[in-house]
Amino acid sequence: MKQRSYLALEDITVEFPTRGGSFCALDTINLSIEKGQFVAIIGHSGCGKSTLLNAVAGLVKPSKGVIFLDDGVVDAPGPDRAVVFQDHSLLPWLTVEENVRLAVDKTADGKSKAERKEWVLHNLELVQMVHAATKRPGELSGGMKQRVGIARAIAMNPRVLLMDEPFGALDALTRAALQDVVMDLQARLNNTVLMITHDVDEAVLLADRVVMMTNGPAARIGEDRAVNLARPRNRIEAIDSADYAEARHAVIHFLHERYRNPTVLAA
Amino acid sequence: MASPTNNAASEPSASAGGSAPAASQRGVIVPYPETAIARRFFPPIPQPTHPLMVKARAVAASALPTLVMIVGLLLLWQMLCGSPESNFPSPVKVWQESHDVIVHPFKGVEVNASGLHIQESGDVGIAGHVLTSLGRVLIGYGIAAVVGIALGILIGQSVFAFRALDPLFQVLRTVPPLAWLPLSLAVFQQAGPSAIFLIFITAIWPVILNTAVGVQTIPVAYRNVAKVLALNPYEYFTRIMLPATVPHMFTGLRIGVGMSWLAIVAAEMVQGGTGVGFFIWDSYNSSLLTDTIVALVWIGMVGFTLDRIVALAGRLIARTA
Repeated sequence: MKQRSYLALEDITVEFPTRGGSFCALDTINLSIEKGQFVAIIGHSGCGKSTLLNAVAGLVKPSKGVIFLDDGVVDAPGPDRAVVFQDHSLLPWLTVEENVRLAVDKTADGKSKAERKEWVLHNLELVQMVHAATKRPGELSGGMKQRVGIARAIAMNPRVLLMDEPFGALDALTRAALQDVVMDLQARLNNTVLMITHDVDEAVLLADRVVMMTNGPAARIGEDRAVNLARPRNRIEAIDSADYAEARHAVIHFLHERYRNPTVLAA
Repeated sequence: MASPTNNAASEPSASAGGSAPAASQRGVIVPYPETAIARRFFPPIPQPTHPLMVKARAVAASALPTLVMIVGLLLLWQMLCGSPESNFPSPVKVWQESHDVIVHPFKGVEVNASGLHIQESGDVGIAGHVLTSLGRVLIGYGIAAVVGIALGILIGQSVFAFRALDPLFQVLRTVPPLAWLPLSLAVFQQAGPSAIFLIFITAIWPVILNTAVGVQTIPVAYRNVAKVLALNPYEYFTRIMLPATVPHMFTGLRIGVGMSWLAIVAAEMVQGGTGVGFFIWDSYNSSLLTDTIVALVWIGMVGFTLDRIVALAGRLIARTA
């Protein structure tokens, strides 16, 4: 019997019931992710990337197939699979510290109050947001909110960190700053990460593996490519390296030649 | 450094030596006239410096239009109804004929160590009647708020409960308060409890429906956060649902308090005995139209105050939640 990977998606099919019959979003997806691996999933809008991530999070139940995490079966959402949402999803009536604290309280069993507070501040420190601990999300910029969203997720000490287009709503410069934060965190914590993105550079820069999805409906994994850049990574060094250029080339060819955006084809 | 322009290539010394001669060759720079510079400094506008003065100014600025409007309306009213053969009393006549009601509102009301006492019957000032009514509103509205929020959360949270109860609520909420009176009297046999029931049944619908909408419209994002954090039902209720629903809840509570105040006057008018509604009915029967006008002013002010209190409570709770 073969050894199962840390996170293993086996024959995952997701169908949604619609008025005109069932809509197949994902068709028999098989994906194995090792512990400590950073995997980016890229594809055009509507290809089911988010559905795949939600299935791993437990927010969407697959119609067929099983997801294994650390040899346990995933069948409900839980704090061992922390999610960084695209819209940050901070609770506006709690301060930054309380938002992170809510997550910490659910995951830090047996820790004292002081230890929990320290852990909250430590995680805010990692994303450079300690200065805003007493502020409410409404007082923060989009980039700062997403930093807090990341702090909340990593504070849960998740077995897998799921990021659903975490920087999709940010401007290019803020996005770059947050990518640096993620690279820094990855160098320190070596989390197992599954990240959805539609940004080629983001995928290649951050991930060890870029999983490219075909266009939906019934999306599949089209190509699965390793990015052989040494860690810790640096944006400037990376863009000058041949590996980076090669991986970027491959992803762009996949997205814009082999599987062009269906809406562009229709136009 | 190889520059493509002849200017920089042929005259390297000119550009390095100083920019003033080069500039004067291209165009003469006229100095900005001294008088014009002097004109740019405006004398400072005298500002009130004392914080109390600043505050007083702000209050005056916001209250002045209201005061002017009130005085204007009173003058207009006096001009229209001032003649002796007018059917409707003028402000001066109201002041003269209802002088006792206006000046002695707390007649028959006694506050001592054992609490507030309002004379059971006889000559009670208008404030006494208003307080009696307020007491009824407090009980009826209080019950309506608690039951309404509970039912609202129930039908907001459970699709089954919504389908079962919402049609019923939608039908019942259109029934006018007074239509409940015969039933209420038949069941409770007494004026006091039936008035309270009337308030309850009037105020509860907006509370239920607004709370339900609030619960139903909790953003999916917050629900997903709750799921990922694996909050238990109690934590979900206190940490997500209540704070997310508070604004809707208080919209319902605000509408409800206004409606309960409407209902109490109607209920007391019919039932008699005590309360501001009775006061109006009594003054009508005694042909004291001026007393009715005084009562209207009292009712308006109290209703306004109730609305503001609930709004303020909503703001405070939304901030601390």
